[in-house]
Amino acid sequence: MKILVTAKRVEDPESKIKVKPDGSGIVQEGLKYKINPFDEIGVEEGLRLVAKHGGEVVVVSIGGKEVQEQLRHALAMGATRAVWVNHTGPLDQMGVAGLLQKVAEKEKPDLVILGKQAIDDDQNQVGQYLAEFLGWGQATFASKVESLESEQEKNKVPALQMGADNKSVRVVREVDNGLATLECALPAVVTTDLRLNLPRYASLPGIMKAKSKPIEELTPAKLSVDVTPKVQVLKMASPPPRKAGIKVPDVATLVDKLRNEAKVV
Amino acid sequence: MPIVLIVAEQQPDGNLRKATLNAISAGKQLAEKAGAELHLVLLSKDPSKVSGELAGLGAKAVHTAAAPEFEHYLAETYAPAIAELAKSIGADYVGMASTAQGKDLLPRVAARLQAAMATDVMGFNGGGADVTFSRPMWAGNVFAEVKLTTPVKVFTLRATEFPAATGGQGAAEVKTFSPKVETGKTKFVDFKEVKSARPELTEARVVVSGGRGTKGDFKEIEALADELGAAVGASRAVCDAGWVPNDLQVGQTGKVVAPQLYIAAGISGAIQHLAGMKSSKTIVAINKDAEAPIFQVADYGLVDDLFKVLPALREAIHKAKG
Ligand SMILES: Cc1cc2nc3c(=O)[nH]c(=O)nc-3n(C[C@H](O)[C@H](O)[C@H](O)COP(=O)(O)OP(=O)(O)OC[C@H]3O[C@@H](n4cnc5c(N)ncnc54)[C@H](O)[C@@H]3O)c2cc1C
Ligand SMILES: Nc1ncnc2c1ncn2[C@@H]1O[C@H](COP(=O)(O)O)[C@@H](O)[C@H]1O
Repeated sequence: MKILVTAKRVEDPESKIKVKPDGSGIVQEGLKYKINPFDEIGVEEGLRLVAKHGGEVVVVSIGGKEVQEQLRHALAMGATRAVWVNHTGPLDQMGVAGLLQKVAEKEKPDLVILGKQAIDDDQNQVGQYLAEFLGWGQATFASKVESLESEQEKNKVPALQMGADNKSVRVVREVDNGLATLECALPAVVTTDLRLNLPRYASLPGIMKAKSKPIEELTPAKLSVDVTPKVQVLKMASPPPRKAGIKVPDVATLVDKLRNEAKVV
Repeated sequence: MPIVLIVAEQQPDGNLRKATLNAISAGKQLAEKAGAELHLVLLSKDPSKVSGELAGLGAKAVHTAAAPEFEHYLAETYAPAIAELAKSIGADYVGMASTAQGKDLLPRVAARLQAAMATDVMGFNGGGADVTFSRPMWAGNVFAEVKLTTPVKVFTLRATEFPAATGGQGAAEVKTFSPKVETGKTKFVDFKEVKSARPELTEARVVVSGGRGTKGDFKEIEALADELGAAVGASRAVCDAGWVPNDLQVGQTGKVVAPQLYIAAGISGAIQHLAGMKSSKTIVAINKDAEAPIFQVADYGLVDDLFKVLPALREAIHKAKG
């Protein structure tokens, strides 16, 4: 089977994000970049599925030439080849989904795996837009029933379960008050939640091999997609700071403060 | 007149999900700013259980559609029906609470309406046709003001930023509609509900959360929660380890809560966790590490072992309440 996985380049979740004084964006200096953590989980799941069922993982990223780093990372993890949609400048979720639609129509994968959200925009939209644009089924927030410390996880068993003849996929989803299970006819779109798997590290041989794996370059123009953003970020600001609190020496003082100052118990 | 359409959601037990009430008051705020009227929509196997309640919440009209296919929510059956209604009434804005369902459904509705979308909206600015939305980015490190330039604008709402709508403002007209029900390529298999006798995390007045510092022993967290009539929450580390159900995760990629009192025990206070609880009215942190970042947002911090503090705190609160 062929699995298309997305790999967005985002700021390292550990880095401290600051807004520029003029509100036009965030301060870029000193930031480190990574593959979106949810997308890394997507790559891992794709690799586990092809290890079990055969096939290949194709990874796609949209952005300037720097996103090739994230593509190489996915290739080093074990993806077979990469598609880079070269575009600099702002992009919104509709634009990304429009481009991915064209890539999917070209590649004809059985499954597209995306992250449930990119940790920069925090929009949680692209997978759902894409599913609708393609007219495919969707299963968002895919999770694993077993914990990330289970035997299944240690043995790298895929969480997504393929049906007979690989014509459908069964997905357990993290939703409010529990877990919902869906069965999607393939091709389908799946978005990952945090508990789907623990991504592998790229091995040294993997990193060496990735250097010679092909990256195909496309552009929005080649794909005939107008990516003019319809979501325009006018201004950014830092959230209002919380007023500084105090340390209390003991439980008795804490209870006194909670009752008589904060009046919450 | 422009129309704001808010999508209502039922819980597994058939009652309205509380976040719908917050979304409705957000819809009212938006309608005022945009000079629009507020409509509500509910898809259900049996809308009658809550259509009366919805009609009393101050909207101009409530649209309901009943079909057996609506029993189990699926984006592929719900999105076409919502989009069809939005088109037929000429809705300019379509919104819903940022619940798991809202986040799954609305982007698909937006795609169908060729509409741009903003997730987790916290407020509205401007007026008339130029209303803009404020929403968090980068785990709440940034508040952005965004403009949606498509004719129809779609959004989900951060429930904690809006009061719950209350009844008593006259009864709206309840209109039924019969959308073409598309059964997609996806089948509902089952739903395993995690039942809890404690209040719902996102609705509770008090939340007691545990982190990796509990080492998986949640007994004292739960005992304190029960003493306070509180909900139990957790950090990602705890959910990943399988110590508590996933839907107790508070944070950027979990639940957003803003209770009167949030008690964090054995939680370091990573930015991704803070993103989900920083708007709580009073924050208490219990952590043995005086340098833990959680203390930067805590109103009251206690540097000590949680296994010592929690039982003592529970007893002291019990005594103080008399
Ligand atoms: C993409 C992404 C999304 C994420 N989303 C979320 C999210 O939604 N929510 C979330 O919570 N996290 C999220 N995280 C994870 C986050 O970055 C942190 O790793 C996580 O919050 C840490 O959990 P913790 O505080 O329980 O554990 P730790 O950081 O390990 O902290 C444990 C704390 O317990 C204290 N402690 C230990 N023993 C005791 C004791 N006996 N008594 C008192 N204190 C003790 C320690 O001093 C320490 O501060 C996300 C991360 C990523 C990359
Ligand atoms: N520029 C991009 N390149 C590749 N994938 C992307 C890009 N932007 C978003 N995505 C994918 O869409 C998912 C959801 O993003 P969002 O809806 O923006 O939160 C991410 O996890 C990525 O998998």
